[in-house]
Amino acid sequence: MPLLDIAGLTVTFSTDAHQFIAVDDVDLTIDEGEVVGVVGESGSGKSVMALSLLGLIDFPGRVGARRMTFAGHDLRGIGDRERRDLVGKDIAMIFQDPLASLDPCYTVAHQLMEALAVHGTERERSSRVARRTRALELLQQVEIPDAAARLNAYPHQLSGGMAQRVMIAMAISCQPRLLIADEPTTALDVTVQAQVLDLLLRIQRETHMALILITHDLAIVAETAHRVIVMYAGQQVETGPLPEVFETPAHPYTQALLAALPESSRDHARLQAIPGVVPGAHDRPAGCLLSPRCRYAVARCHRDEPALLGPPGRGARCHFRLDAQGHPTGGWALERRVEAIET
Amino acid sequence: MNESAPLLEARDLARHYAVSRGFFKHKGLVRALDGVSFSLREGKTLAVVGESGCGKSTLARQVTMIERPTSGSLLLDGNDVAHADVAARKKLRPRVQMVFQNPYASLNPRKTVGTLLEEPLAINGTQPRRARRDAGLAMLAKVGLRPEHYRRYPHMFSGGQRQRIAVARALMLDPRLVVADEPVSALDVSIQAQVLNLLMDLQQEMGIAYLFISHNLQVVRHIANDVLVMYLGRAVEYAPKDDVFARPAHPYTRALLASTPSLAAGRRRTRITLTGDLPSPLDPPSGCAFHKRCPHAVARCAIEVPLLSTFRGIRVACHRVAELNP
Repeated sequence: MPLLDIAGLTVTFSTDAHQFIAVDDVDLTIDEGEVVGVVGESGSGKSVMALSLLGLIDFPGRVGARRMTFAGHDLRGIGDRERRDLVGKDIAMIFQDPLASLDPCYTVAHQLMEALAVHGTERERSSRVARRTRALELLQQVEIPDAAARLNAYPHQLSGGMAQRVMIAMAISCQPRLLIADEPTTALDVTVQAQVLDLLLRIQRETHMALILITHDLAIVAETAHRVIVMYAGQQVETGPLPEVFETPAHPYTQALLAALPESSRDHARLQAIPGVVPGAHDRPAGCLLSPRCRYAVARCHRDEPALLGPPGRGARCHFRLDAQGHPTGGWALERRVEAIET
Repeated sequence: MNESAPLLEARDLARHYAVSRGFFKHKGLVRALDGVSFSLREGKTLAVVGESGCGKSTLARQVTMIERPTSGSLLLDGNDVAHADVAARKKLRPRVQMVFQNPYASLNPRKTVGTLLEEPLAINGTQPRRARRDAGLAMLAKVGLRPEHYRRYPHMFSGGQRQRIAVARALMLDPRLVVADEPVSALDVSIQAQVLNLLMDLQQEMGIAYLFISHNLQVVRHIANDVLVMYLGRAVEYAPKDDVFARPAHPYTRALLASTPSLAAGRRRTRITLTGDLPSPLDPPSGCAFHKRCPHAVARCAIEVPLLSTFRGIRVACHRVAELNP
């Protein structure tokens, strides 16, 4: 049984006049010890999806799912008290901007000990000294130099990389079984980013926890994740194991995203940009959401919304799934020719 | 203009800031830019890379003549702008324009696109209103926006479109040099490609030179001709792009390259990760500023500052460059 098992996750934000579907029918399973990457451009619903797992979507947001279990617990309709037992202990999350996530008024030690006082072992809950010892251990575990001195530091005295290490220490303090990292390195410099990613993966391997890594950087996912979910405008457009998905993408969006990277082009050649922008809340097109930007789009794409289809664990939300050579299949060539004749 | 003379040449450019550390303490001195030399030719791109705090943006402020360098010289079209008087600097300023990182912050939300584009002409030029408007509309078309966008406000555009507007505004005065400070790092991958294409097209069409400041080495690899790698206010390596990426000579350049995630690398390889963060510019390490993080540091590195010197045709600042590149 997978650790986290979600089917048909939908998050909507409604006002009297409009309903905005931020996350649309997303399936996600993750096993213990697995690293799943979630990639997509801004506005694709990655972060909202993560927040909904933690129950952090407030009114007027609504979370619905056909199935949503974590280690046997049904997360749907779970009470606040039961959720608090899970979140922060078995499920932890780290956010993009570490200095915004830490409370500027309290020392590092205070903030680390706070989680331990609620979720720690019995000894930690009863003894302040035990909590402080554990906090020091955690700082050493995330390789903060001169950890003992850093315990009494305030967040503003830390660099960005160090603050993110403190966030990681806080997240792993109660040995979570699932860690959600939402753009954990986006605010960091590239050498520090490499350090933090290495640290995160080392801890993941050592503790055998599951890790959901949300990022817009395809290269980071390629280097770290076992499986990937590609999101576009709230929908999961492709999912599958790595490196397979990036080597032979089955969805035109994944293909286009990979081609748009400077890494995929030669010197000074024009990059293969994707025309247009991600549709916003009120301008979602009919049919396939990618159709206005897709180079393969035919009449059917503008009309009918495709479903996520394909072999188990290797789905693509496209009428004309791409083959291993990157060409659309399913009678695409014929439909395109018919259209050309008609016009 | 003489083809072989560089458009922009910096010699030992330095900018120091005095920083107050409290009433009773001595003022600190931050050497944000400490003896940087480079040259840039017409129609070419020089990329400046390095981590935050390495002096990239300080360099941009000297080149755009927002500040005056503490010492050294900066030649634009043969005119030394570092020592020129106020009037001469004012005359030279239109030749260098700037595109900023965040198009959400660099466009005035209370002005229409048209006003934003015409403003540089109104301030610096003598054209009548109609000519300004025609120039603005022509520029709008050049960056791929439609005439109906002319009267809209910045909030009505997406990030990519806003960056196009920022580029258009920078080009209104027909500059010879555009300083682009992280122009695509706030944008999504698909939009980033659009803006990079636009920058490259405009360069070909108008022969503009770019001083391209970025921390994204994949982007730099694509767009640059030469690369200047900076660390704590100093240049550590200055070489043609192909050399930097194929044979990085300085240990810091190597670490930067190894730290950059890449699709091609596949599953994570062992990296030459650097330990620690960038040191504080207020209290830089003695000797080579990089020695505390450098895996190859020896005793000499902690004492003596390495100078940028020529090594096999490229410029590197490292004591051990010959040993490390056999």
